[in-house]
Amino acid sequence: MASFKPTKIQVYPKLGEKVTQDTLYWKNYKAPVQIKEFGAVTNIDFSPVAPHNYAVTAFTRIHIYGPFSQEPVKSFTRFKDTAYCGRFRSDGQLLVAGCEDSVVRLFDVSGKVALRMFKGHTKAVRVTDFTSDRYHILTGSDDYTCRLWDIPNSTELTSYQEHTDYIRCGITSKLNRDLFITGSYDHTLKLFDARVNKSVMTMDHGQPVESLLLYPSEGLLVSAGGRYVKVWDLLKGGQPLVSLKNHHKTVTCLCLSSNGQRLLSASLDRHVKVYNTTNYKVVHNFDYAASILSLGLAPDDESIVVGMTNGILSIKHRKSSEETKEISGQQKRRPAYRVFVKGKNYVPKQDDYLVSKPVKQHLAKYDKQLKRFNVSKALDTALETWTRFRKPEITVAVIKELDRRGTLKNALAGRDERGLSQLLNFLVGNLVDPRFAPVLVPATEMILDIYQSVIGQSPVVDVQLQRLQDLLEREIGYQQDLLEVLGMLDTMFTSSLPRKEVPCSGISRPNGLAQGDASAPGPQPQAT
Amino acid sequence: MVEHGDIRVVHRGGSKINFREPVLSHDSRLLLCASGECVKVFSSSTEECVHDLQGHTDLVTGVLLNPSNHLQAYSCSADGTVRLWDFTDGILIKVQLHCHHVSVQPLSVSVFVYLLMCMCVTLTRLLSSSQGEYIASAKGLHLEVYFFKKQKSYRFSLKEDNKKGAKNTFTCLSCHPKDDCIATGHEDGKIRLWRNFNHKREYTYSTLHWHHSAVSSVRFTPEGTNLLSGGVESVLVQWRYNQETQKDFLPRLGAAITHIAVSPDGELFCTAHSDNKLTVIQSCVKVSAVIQGLVKGESVRTDLMVDPRSKALVLNGKPGHLQFYSLQRDKQLYNLDIVQQEYIHESGLQQFEVVKAAFDTRGNWLATVEERKQKDSTLELNLKLWAYDEQTQSFVLNTTVSGPHEARITAMCFCHTADSQTTMLVSASQDGHFKAWQLESNHYFYEGPFWSCDFVGAYHSLVPECCCFSADGSLLAISFQEVVTVWSPASWELLTTLSQPPGAIRDLCFGRQSCSKYLLGTTAKNLLCCWNLLTCTLEWSTSMDVSLLLSDPLSENMAAFCSHAGLFVFKPSEPRPLFSHKAICSGKVTRAVFAPREEMLESCEESSQWLNRSQLYFLTQYMDLMTFITKAEEDRLMASSKRLVIDDSVAVTPFYLLLGKHRQQQQEKQDRSFSAERNQLPQGSVAIKELLHTPAHVLPSASFLCSMFVRSLLISVTDKEKKSEEEEMESDKEEESECEMEASTMGQGQTAEAQETAAPALTKAQARELRRVKKLDHSWLSSLLDS
Repeated sequence: MASFKPTKIQVYPKLGEKVTQDTLYWKNYKAPVQIKEFGAVTNIDFSPVAPHNYAVTAFTRIHIYGPFSQEPVKSFTRFKDTAYCGRFRSDGQLLVAGCEDSVVRLFDVSGKVALRMFKGHTKAVRVTDFTSDRYHILTGSDDYTCRLWDIPNSTELTSYQEHTDYIRCGITSKLNRDLFITGSYDHTLKLFDARVNKSVMTMDHGQPVESLLLYPSEGLLVSAGGRYVKVWDLLKGGQPLVSLKNHHKTVTCLCLSSNGQRLLSASLDRHVKVYNTTNYKVVHNFDYAASILSLGLAPDDESIVVGMTNGILSIKHRKSSEETKEISGQQKRRPAYRVFVKGKNYVPKQDDYLVSKPVKQHLAKYDKQLKRFNVSKALDTALETWTRFRKPEITVAVIKELDRRGTLKNALAGRDERGLSQLLNFLVGNLVDPRFAPVLVPATEMILDIYQSVIGQSPVVDVQLQRLQDLLEREIGYQQDLLEVLGMLDTMFTSSLPRKEVPCSGISRPNGLAQGDASAPGPQPQAT
Repeated sequence: MVEHGDIRVVHRGGSKINFREPVLSHDSRLLLCASGECVKVFSSSTEECVHDLQGHTDLVTGVLLNPSNHLQAYSCSADGTVRLWDFTDGILIKVQLHCHHVSVQPLSVSVFVYLLMCMCVTLTRLLSSSQGEYIASAKGLHLEVYFFKKQKSYRFSLKEDNKKGAKNTFTCLSCHPKDDCIATGHEDGKIRLWRNFNHKREYTYSTLHWHHSAVSSVRFTPEGTNLLSGGVESVLVQWRYNQETQKDFLPRLGAAITHIAVSPDGELFCTAHSDNKLTVIQSCVKVSAVIQGLVKGESVRTDLMVDPRSKALVLNGKPGHLQFYSLQRDKQLYNLDIVQQEYIHESGLQQFEVVKAAFDTRGNWLATVEERKQKDSTLELNLKLWAYDEQTQSFVLNTTVSGPHEARITAMCFCHTADSQTTMLVSASQDGHFKAWQLESNHYFYEGPFWSCDFVGAYHSLVPECCCFSADGSLLAISFQEVVTVWSPASWELLTTLSQPPGAIRDLCFGRQSCSKYLLGTTAKNLLCCWNLLTCTLEWSTSMDVSLLLSDPLSENMAAFCSHAGLFVFKPSEPRPLFSHKAICSGKVTRAVFAPREEMLESCEESSQWLNRSQLYFLTQYMDLMTFITKAEEDRLMASSKRLVIDDSVAVTPFYLLLGKHRQQQQEKQDRSFSAERNQLPQGSVAIKELLHTPAHVLPSASFLCSMFVRSLLISVTDKEKKSEEEEMESDKEEESECEMEASTMGQGQTAEAQETAAPALTKAQARELRRVKKLDHSWLSSLLDS
């Protein structure tokens, strides 16, 4: 005698994000700490030395935050106008910043007053950086010029006037003290050598350039401008390598993860995307509340700092390994092992008489009802609120099972207003789900057949039916649109596919090939 | 044409055991049932087949215990004979009567009644009462009771149907053994208990209703305390007689109940089911044994297949199952549940059916397709892939693909390569596509390997009909109506198309081994074509109406079944067929398979060489499993069946083990000195049994027992003396064993005798003699026990 076979609940593949190593890595951050700055956060720079403080440039101030403090460790407020681009020197001792008032200020990190003021630019200075020998400063300005300054003498060394629009980004080489690159709103990137008085390499980005990044090896250069992120090979004379278009608004900031394996780009579309630098595929995505202007990544990816247009600085710290464990431990808190083995590990003695107990099959509530052929009750059980919302696949499986047994009509019939509206509510929620539609559409037809005589008697049911009708009309519209698009795509594919002749034997007629589309995805396989 | 006098078509197992009601022996130990041309005797506790009572030459239509001797049974057959058997030993006692069609149906205690079935085929049931006073029959809407004493018959009629939609047609009936009560089952699931029917007018009946569809069998227990009923629901219902509100149920017996039998002592019930199964049920409503035959539905939708591992025949079994049937042992090995859903026993309900199945070469993977088509809803299709699990020794579900295609799957096959690590499955469907499925090792979501779609192909939006892989797996041939396309599975390139001669392709098959360059196909225009794939030309074609084409995986041979049940076995490279046979059976051959042999035959005759490596099994239109057998093989089988008579009359006791080694010598001697007049006496065994069955703590001392035991053995010598002089010469020790052994060899001896004399009609006089001697022995036995 076989036992009752429970209703099979279809397991659908999970839709949405795939779980990869990357997602696990980038999701392993704590809830963000949010700090309100006075204005839009335009620049974030991490100190290269030990405590890895970071300078946040916002409005007329530069705040320096410690790695875990929410209050600024230090602030520089002696700016007459909006400050730009506060950057640390490679020893972490000095900080340089541009300003709207065209003056470049150099600060000692421990002091308060500017050590040096470099005057010479005629318009706002948006770009400042130290060269790798630590004695010079690179600045770029809205007056289309970029200049090199000597720190000890506070004098201007060279001025380059090759750009034809605002210079909004620039970066110095970490390996060579004479090389630096600037990007401008004239769509070009220019590589300068301080030993000659003109640029040595020019690359066309195609969009106003917003941000630049050099790989640690300095063979590759990444530029961001417009919606594009482009990678250039400097060793091949500035040949474009890849062009990425993953954002739908201007990309404002670029950053490299500490091991150089991942590239991060932040954009006004409020997303930060993480790329794999070997194949330049997006492996992860962060969402933020507002448009992002600046992005900083602490060494070892310990924290991600993001500055937004609404002046909010969002800091995410990486979870420490203990914390990760703790949280997972809390989730899996269950009775102790001995609770389960209690009495189970008893070894019978020699003359004990063993009474074997038949193993009782555990059945779900709806299965118990189905076993007794109580079809209406089984459907009621499957329509209980929790099941209906959390596990609609169970409800659908029960409806399918009832249909298979040929008793769905009996189960659906004879419901009162509450029961019917519950049922209709479920249908409105799940009818157009492609996973459930094949089962629910016949069931809906059946319901309409059964209850057509009571339409107009109950306002509750009428509202639900109206909703159902609206839903179906909308869905039919979508389907028509989709078919149109499909038709268009078909013509495009056919015209682009090359025609190939089939090798034919002597007797058989020559045939034009109708090669099957190898790309058509099969139905989702499902492991059990 | 080759002469083939030595190859014969024979039935091979799998005959119906649920054709007629099974019969339980008096002691409930044995179960008799009609099975094709023989009567099978099963042990009701071990489920093993104890004897195969062979002798009838046509379908056995009924089995009945001899009312006057409970060790004998009558059987009747469509060949017009009634035979009397000693079923415990498997001996044919006599053959009676020759008429055209005989069927034994009555269950009479006082008289043995048989009726000419040609007169009463249309009657649903015929039963006579316990005292043999009346006989009841039901037909259509009428119940007829005939009283022997009064020589009068009464007829009771029911209306066809009333307003409530009841269908009153009689389906079965049973008489109460003590009371005057007849229980009848009806089409609409009602059971009526008729009383007071010896008056034409004042009869009454009461109605019991539990079954939702027709009651197929009702039966009173011998004491008349309970009434058993069963039907399509596959639930055995036990009603208390006179307390009908109390019922016991035994649900989920697997398939619709067709017959119910009760043992004479009421200890065991036996139900026969529509899936060729007998279930033995204890009276406490607990299943104790299941005897399962080959399940045969109306059609085998999956092809016949051979499991490469167990060499079992695989085909559709119970609804939603695949059965694995051992051809060697004529026994079902197991049922694999494919659909894994609760089967609802209700007629007219569309259920999932397994429609296609395929094994890969090594038996590691099994692919199945199940489908369910309801009138006005879409087709539900599932493709399931099963992996063989070494630990559990069965198939475990690996991947389920719901909706692999949009329409019915027409063909499915695995790639044949034996050496490669990866395997490939190709399925072709009526939606105009064929898909290749491959095992994928890893996925972010699923653990372990799973199957996924690798390629979708189509050709001019024609419908693919058959697909076939070449022997080395390098080519895939798919027929699209009139065109055969040849693809390379490695690159999925269309290599060539073959479209001559015109005609829709019905069957495709690659040659094997040395003939692997040939591709064979049959067309709807009655042509058998052979293409050479090296030149891509038609090698030869012949006009032949082939209904089935298949290749032997172990040789180059191909078999083609014509629509008039002719068979041709040929090699694609040779013009002459190796073997041909006209009309191997009546009707069309629907399914066939080459099953590899366990050991190779060494036949040197040209005509039977094709049977050396594998055996050809086929299913006829009437779902009979048949095979070809050579003369030499038949002789060998006969010889082995003689040796293999199971002997269960002697329990294995320490004495048996002690004395067993003498058995061989003894038997040889007996064989030599066998005389027809020998009467084997079970006296020794009974004495020893008595000795052994007494609990040890009540036995007297061993020394006392010993002398008694030896004395008991010594007496047997005197008994022997009168009978055979030869045995006198045997040593005492051997005689000790004699008394033990004789009983055990009796069965064999008599079987041998029966077979020697071919038609062993023991005369009545002889039988009486036998009984007399037996009686005499028993009196002697008691004297022994007294001493």
